[in-house]
Amino acid sequence: MSLLRLRDFSAGYETDLPIVKHVDMDISRGEAVCILGPNGAGKSTLIKAIAGQVRCLGGSVHLADDDITNAPSHALARRGLGFVPQTENIFTQMTIRENMQIAAELLPKARRADQMQRLFDMFPDLKARPNTLAGALSGGQRQMLAAARALLTVPEVLILDEPSAGLSPKLVGQVFETLRQIRAAGVTLVLVEQNVRAALDLTERAVVLVDGRLAHDGPTDVLRDGKLLGELFLGSRHAEVVA
Amino acid sequence: MSPQVLIDGIIAGSTIGLGAIGLTLTYSILRFANFTHGDFLAWGAYLTLTVSGFLGGLLAGLGIGDPLGPFSFGWGLPVSLLAGMALTVLLTLGLDKVLFGRLRRRGADAIIIVMASFGASMALRSLLEFIFTANPAYFTRELQIAQKIGMGMRATPDQMLTVGLTAVLVIALHVFVTRSSTGRAMRAVSENPGLAGVYGLDVQQVIRVTWIIGAALACVAGVMSGLLVQIRPYMGFDLLLPLFAAAILGGIGSIPGAMLGGLIIGLAEAVTVQVVGAEWRAGVAFVVLVLVLILRPSGLFGRRV
Repeated sequence: MSLLRLRDFSAGYETDLPIVKHVDMDISRGEAVCILGPNGAGKSTLIKAIAGQVRCLGGSVHLADDDITNAPSHALARRGLGFVPQTENIFTQMTIRENMQIAAELLPKARRADQMQRLFDMFPDLKARPNTLAGALSGGQRQMLAAARALLTVPEVLILDEPSAGLSPKLVGQVFETLRQIRAAGVTLVLVEQNVRAALDLTERAVVLVDGRLAHDGPTDVLRDGKLLGELFLGSRHAEVVA
Repeated sequence: MSPQVLIDGIIAGSTIGLGAIGLTLTYSILRFANFTHGDFLAWGAYLTLTVSGFLGGLLAGLGIGDPLGPFSFGWGLPVSLLAGMALTVLLTLGLDKVLFGRLRRRGADAIIIVMASFGASMALRSLLEFIFTANPAYFTRELQIAQKIGMGMRATPDQMLTVGLTAVLVIALHVFVTRSSTGRAMRAVSENPGLAGVYGLDVQQVIRVTWIIGAALACVAGVMSGLLVQIRPYMGFDLLLPLFAAAILGGIGSIPGAMLGGLIIGLAEAVTVQVVGAEWRAGVAFVVLVLVLILRPSGLFGRRV
């Protein structure tokens, strides 16, 4: 049975103007999936709608047995859906420790200290200066903190929106190293990413959206040579579902 | 200039600062200038006065209605204040439920919510006048003699109490906001409400806590003002400009800033009364507000909560 299940899922900012249209998708526990597509395809809208940031206009989304369609984002976080927005994903006027403490509130009191320690051990850069204002961190360190915050609550599924956007190549490497660590820990991962090569290396399955519709869903291997991806992005090949 | 202006300014500034804290919290977390906040002060004072009226006879019957030590009031006022705070909180939460909350859910622009608060302010003020009349009311008619407190300054015990109470409340609130998990949640919602939800914080719950704190402090400020001067339906409206000036001077969202802003406005008013004339007192808050907006729009501590 799939962990995250979308059926006939449509979403958008205006009721009569869906950006994501009739998407069906199943993600299994422990799977790592990247969502690819040209600019404006609706990738970010799709994951924001799953995470309660954008309104679902039709269809449904289930997390395990629970219908989480249009659930408020705080309820989703408590239910086990971790989401890392593309920008403004940490509280810059609070310290690293405070950012972690807020997230830790979702855990039972007895587990908070241990779990924070575990995450600090996983991210030594953050552990080295817990009382630094998050706003003083570099782009890569901010993404690290955002990921650490999301992981702190031991989510069943972690959804990331373009974690490498706007970062220098060196920092992109740092972020993907962090994601590899997360992947190795067996966390179910859904990733929207413009850096296609790095996303394909990290994940095992790719979903391609074109104009808000599912254009491809299958193993990442078949996309590595770029040919199929080019055809999908340029529009000469539509709605092909690779099993 | 007499050194008395210093203590006069601090006393006036205590009430202004306490009121401004509620205003600045509402502004930074709910993101609108709440014109009803002044009326919460007035309603707090009148609700406390009403409970005090019921309690007064009861406590006198029990033989504990006499003034407490050097103060002008007995046990009735502190007990009534607690009830008044609870009632003001209920009034505020009720107003949020029927007005502001509905507008927020509909995604109304801030200017719409500001105009709604302006209308609610007029309605609340008129209702006070209708129920209690425009005649001034008093918590106590005991006479108090100002005592020497050093450096050529004098203050009554009631005045000293209000300054002390303000200091305790501001320190307690600062510790609450900076050290407690609820305070962290308030700061988080103040910085980015959307992200706060992603972190798992219930933004609506944080908004309710903000109303509760703001209303309770407004009630205390209203009772302090009523105790030291008098209670009138327009007392909150008259304080509105100094409250906004203090909140903006301190930097929207900053609790210490609002308090410091209140003290500066209070001192400026006291100096104006002594140097220029009492008729200019109301104008000084406006002058300070304009100067801050021109010279330093972010205020003294221009950060959120």
